[in-house]
Amino acid sequence: MTELTAVTFSEVSVIAAALTALLTGLSIIVLSLVWIERKFLGRIQGRVGPTRVGPFGLLQPVADGIKLLFKEDASPAWANKGIFWAAPLLIFIPSFVLWITIPFSNDWVVRNLELGLFYFIAFSVLSIVGLVLAGWASASKYAVLGGLRSAAQLVSYEIPLIMAILVVVMVAGSMNIVAVVSNQESVPYIAIMPLGFALFMLAGIAEVGRTPFDIYFAESEVVGGPFVEYSGAHWAVFFLAEYINTFLIAVMAALLFLGGWSWPFGDLPSLAGLALFMGKTYLVVVFIFWLRGTYPRLRIDQLMSIGWKVLLPLSFANILIAAFQLFYGWPSWTLTLMSLGVLAVPVYFQIRVQRQPAMERARMYAERAIAHRARRPIAETGAVARTVTVKEPSA
Amino acid sequence: MATEYDTGQTPETVDMMLNMGPQHPATHGVFRMVLAVDGERVVDLVPHIGYLHRGSEKLMENETYAQVITLFDRLDYVSNFNNELAFVRAVEKLMDLEPPERAMYIRVILCELNRVASHLLFAGTYALDIGAMTPVMYTFRERERIQNLFESVSGARMMHNYIRIGGIKEELPDDFVHRTRKLIDELRRGVEETDKLLTFNEVFLARTRGVGMIDAATAISCGLTGPGLRASGSTYDVRKDDPYEIYDRLDYDVPIGEYGDSWDRYWLRIQECYQSLRMIDQCLDQLEPGPIMPQMRRIARPPKGEAYAHCENPRGDIGVFVVSDGTNKPYRVKVRPPSFCNLVALRQMVQGSYIADAVVVLGSLDIVLGEVDR
Repeated sequence: MTELTAVTFSEVSVIAAALTALLTGLSIIVLSLVWIERKFLGRIQGRVGPTRVGPFGLLQPVADGIKLLFKEDASPAWANKGIFWAAPLLIFIPSFVLWITIPFSNDWVVRNLELGLFYFIAFSVLSIVGLVLAGWASASKYAVLGGLRSAAQLVSYEIPLIMAILVVVMVAGSMNIVAVVSNQESVPYIAIMPLGFALFMLAGIAEVGRTPFDIYFAESEVVGGPFVEYSGAHWAVFFLAEYINTFLIAVMAALLFLGGWSWPFGDLPSLAGLALFMGKTYLVVVFIFWLRGTYPRLRIDQLMSIGWKVLLPLSFANILIAAFQLFYGWPSWTLTLMSLGVLAVPVYFQIRVQRQPAMERARMYAERAIAHRARRPIAETGAVARTVTVKEPSA
Repeated sequence: MATEYDTGQTPETVDMMLNMGPQHPATHGVFRMVLAVDGERVVDLVPHIGYLHRGSEKLMENETYAQVITLFDRLDYVSNFNNELAFVRAVEKLMDLEPPERAMYIRVILCELNRVASHLLFAGTYALDIGAMTPVMYTFRERERIQNLFESVSGARMMHNYIRIGGIKEELPDDFVHRTRKLIDELRRGVEETDKLLTFNEVFLARTRGVGMIDAATAISCGLTGPGLRASGSTYDVRKDDPYEIYDRLDYDVPIGEYGDSWDRYWLRIQECYQSLRMIDQCLDQLEPGPIMPQMRRIARPPKGEAYAHCENPRGDIGVFVVSDGTNKPYRVKVRPPSFCNLVALRQMVQGSYIADAVVVLGSLDIVLGEVDR
């Protein structure tokens, strides 16, 4: 445990310098993410992506950023101004302060907290507040809908995410992220708990609201959700936070499951470790972008039922098997086996569905949807089906 | 004074009125619907149209018959050839004019290519409505090939003004048959690509199956035609049931759906693309040299009378009613636009579903506002 001691001036200045470096580094990382996403999506879609600004369009994100900063910072007349302008910061600050405890290598970390993962969980939940407030303060129905959707989505997916992290903590026996990584020196945790990795990735993608879970800012439904009324620099802050969060999930996946900067073949020098770590992280990032280029978006009720009916029970099973393995002191490969066994259940059902002829499968989905609708008629949502009559304005 | 919406409720339980459109990314133009929503469920829907009203039908009364064709290009601006054909056929009926064989074949080839282009555009934008951003790029690429061919034929990419009363404007370019054959192969691959990526995608199935279901009887009573009606199991297709041009000489199937839901409407259009390509192939085989315009007066002057002709537009049954008073301008032109009639069914389809479903259903009806508002 770190003890509370008097902080000296030199310590403060070191931390300030580290924070500045972190902010700069993160901004550069966000720019790189934007560029990679645009290039990668372009490739998926048979385009070339940005090419005009700088070599290979490398400066395109910079140009976009400059454009955003020069745009008018408009706000709706009915908006609750104070909350409206504070909301971007409420989203940005939690996603930024998280990086204080995230190590980039053995010794590259602003503050290596003993309860690092607890800190991570505690602060990552906070961004919901910003989203809901942004939606509410915008005085726009789309924004309100988006804000409420984000609250529902983030709260439901927070649980499987936390539980997946919890199992890592149980197996590693520590909440210190550096310790978690050094525990993976021989075998990365993805090999020990593939189920945990799958849960973490699914819940993580839902948490940052990327396709197929981009429901709360669904462009074609709620037109950008909580961000619909924002423009200029404030919108840029949202954008920054969104990409930082995406990167964060990738970093956490690399740290908790892919072994961070370590690999099974002995020690690496610090810089090579950092490169390896970044390589793993960007691989996860590209995987997230790949999903975005391939999948449509789920509907809110489908999202909720996946969260509560599939991910949550699997998370409990995940904790249970890890507890058994730890309690009886079985070797770690038994956890791999049990994890794969639990993971096999949903995979088996999915394969059984997939192996039907395509038209049969389509028919099955129709029957399922009809049954779902019959179970939940509109009358059940609190009111009988009503009709709206239009009163045309009198001249 | 603004329009008021009365939900007949006490203040404590008022539904939220959510205005969607005329500026909304999912309303495909300037359609506007006001949704009464209870949480995420849509209780009722009030459609508003007219934002793109240009008075086309009135304008037509002041143009000569040949000039009216250009206005038809601008009704359903993604299936221009089909629209031109509907009007031209009505006038030909009035004048008792039979276009030459070759002209009819060329018209059918172009109309079917236009149908593929229109359905491709639909598939792409529909995927975009549901949140998949890749298919739209693929379908636009394929559509672009068709547009390029159209450009070489008519000189324009969209507003062709190519089909003339009694025939067509001019002879095809020399390499047309060769190019079109190559194009058919490319398109078949292109449609397959989108088909494989999207049609049986789990998320896509989950989003579109059982959404916006309508049975055949209701669909007919709403005036639904085209893929929207055939998805419910009806086989009504003007090309089969009231064959025009040379459609009775072609061998093709009319795909029909099973549940009448949004997925069926999408799937049907993809299947129609394959059938259209099949038709074009046969047309190219049967295409013989010959005249493309009959001997007739340069300015059409139909006798006094009235005529109604209808065609199978990519969106459904487009009907044109022309009244002539014997001059070179029509006395009255009335269009039965399929998009407008299909919209009638929207409310029943959407009621009781989720907000996200309203977007899916509207997309699956594939309306073009140029035609709805005229």
